[in-house]
Amino acid sequence: MEISSKEFKHCNLVSISGRVDSATAPQFTQALDKLMEKGIYKLVIDMHGLEYMSSAGFRALLAAQRNCKRYNRGEVVLAAVPDRIREALELAGFTELFKTYKEPLDAVGSL
Amino acid sequence: MSAKEFPAKFDYLDEVREYVGEKARAAGFGEKDIYSIQLATDEAASNVIEHAYEGVPDAFFELTCEFKNDRMTITLLDHGKTFDPSKVDVPDVKADLSDRKIGGLGIYLMRKLMDEVRYESTPSGNLLTLVKRKA
Repeated sequence: MEISSKEFKHCNLVSISGRVDSATAPQFTQALDKLMEKGIYKLVIDMHGLEYMSSAGFRALLAAQRNCKRYNRGEVVLAAVPDRIREALELAGFTELFKTYKEPLDAVGSL
Repeated sequence: MSAKEFPAKFDYLDEVREYVGEKARAAGFGEKDIYSIQLATDEAASNVIEHAYEGVPDAFFELTCEFKNDRMTITLLDHGKTFDPSKVDVPDVKADLSDRKIGGLGIYLMRKLMDEVRYESTPSGNLLTLVKRKA
């Protein structure tokens, strides 16, 4: 799993690629926590290069969304979600909790 | 039927998914079903590692795969603490953000992704059986 973060005027674009499972989810959580500790609560997660995500990754997303939405200070949105991952997110009812965009830059513009 | 032993460590989940993915591909499942089988098996193995073998170093579990009569049957056998997934509360996947439960999601996905999920406590250990029918 690879994570990189790019700063925009109103939000950060977090690109995640590879596989997120119980082994790698803690790194994902850590990367998101680091941004939130800096006071960045508007996050776009670009999943373009993501091959796989288990419920361990879903839990990391849920925790970040809770933290970001607290006091209406921000939001986590998802972009370029691959079909298989989107289907699993739908099964888990997560597509109700996250706005999703096809284009990462559209997501950036929305925040 | 093929069987393989895996160390009960999260670092081996990649290999677990590859193992069942190859079997599913060889059996002629499509990409969507292969992903479902890999995800369900990962969730099952993660539960074994996290709950059945909680705090137990150097533990192993056995994974078997069999394709017969258009059905892929995967079993996981461990010798850890009894962990009956059917006793875990089903999460409300329609709940609001603030009411979402973090636990039980893996088991919920397993049930949604597979056609059958069975748990038995046997003399040789905890046996979880996952079945996927080929459409």
